[in-house]
Amino acid sequence: MPRPKRIRRMNNPPHFKGFSPMGISDENHPVVINFEEYEAIRLSDFEFHGHVEAAQIMGVSRPTYTRIYESARRKVAEAFVQGRTIVFEGGKVYFDSEWYSCNSCGCWFNHTEKGQKIEQCTLCGSTDIEQYFDNSQNPANEDRCVCPKCGSETVHLPGTPCKNEICPACNCQMTRGGAPFVQGSGNNNCN
Amino acid sequence: MKIAITSTGNSPEAKLDSRFGRCLYFVIYDTVSHSTEFIPNPYIDNIEGAGLASANLIASKGAEKVVSGEFGAKVKSLFDSMKIKLVILKDPEKRINSIIELLNH
Repeated sequence: MPRPKRIRRMNNPPHFKGFSPMGISDENHPVVINFEEYEAIRLSDFEFHGHVEAAQIMGVSRPTYTRIYESARRKVAEAFVQGRTIVFEGGKVYFDSEWYSCNSCGCWFNHTEKGQKIEQCTLCGSTDIEQYFDNSQNPANEDRCVCPKCGSETVHLPGTPCKNEICPACNCQMTRGGAPFVQGSGNNNCN
Repeated sequence: MKIAITSTGNSPEAKLDSRFGRCLYFVIYDTVSHSTEFIPNPYIDNIEGAGLASANLIASKGAEKVVSGEFGAKVKSLFDSMKIKLVILKDPEKRINSIIELLNH
C-alpha cells in the first residue's frame, strides 16, 4: 500500500471554475487542474515564493511541492498548446483561514477573506483583538522522530525520513513517532 | 445577517453547547429582525458525519456566522469553503441570551 498523501494546506480556492479557449467549443476533454496545483502556481508564479518557502506554506515537503508544481505547469502547457478547457477540481487540500482571538469576550474567531485586514471581533465588536498564529508550531500536533533506545525526540523534518536521523544522545537510528503517524514496529539497528 | 449558535436547550436561558455536530439545538438568530428560531438537531444520533450534515443544515438556513465551543477539522474546512465565519467560545457556562446581547454590539 502506498504511503498516504499528506493533506495540503491552501488559501482560498479560485472563485471561478476554470478557463475555456476562445473560438473552440469542444469541452469534452478538459484538463483537470487540482486545487493543490492551482495553489502551487499561485505561490510560485504569482506571489514569487521559492519552492522551500512555498512547500512550508502548503505543509508538504520540498520535493513534493516541486512535483505538484511540475505537474501543474505541464497541465497548463497541455491546455494552451492543444486548446483545451481547464477545470479546477479535486485534490487533497484543506482551506486554512486566519484565526484571531478577542481579548474582550475571550472568543476565537476566523476570517474567511484572506488578505483583508480585520479590525473587529466577529462576536462582540471589540477592537481589542490579536491574530493567532498557527497550531503547526504546537508540539502536540507535530510529527516527531523518536529514538527507540533512549526515547529522546526531535522535530521531524518533512522530506527527511526518520530512519536517516541519528539520535543526538546515543547515536541510534531514529523511528517515526508523534501524534499522526505512530508506528508500531521499532527497529534495532542501534550501535 | 443570520447567525447560528449551538445550544443545550430550546430557550434563551439555555447554555451554549460546546459540541457542534451533536449539539441538542441550533439557534438561528436574525440580526435584522431580532428573531430567534430553535431547531432540534436531527443528526444527533448519527454514527458518523454528524458535523458535516449539521454544517449543511446551517448553510441551508443562510447563516453567515456560527458560534460554538469547538469545531472538527472536516467542519472547519467545509465552513471555510462556504465562507461562513466560525466563532469558538471556550465558555460552556455562557447563556444564549448573553451571546445574542454580545452579537448586538
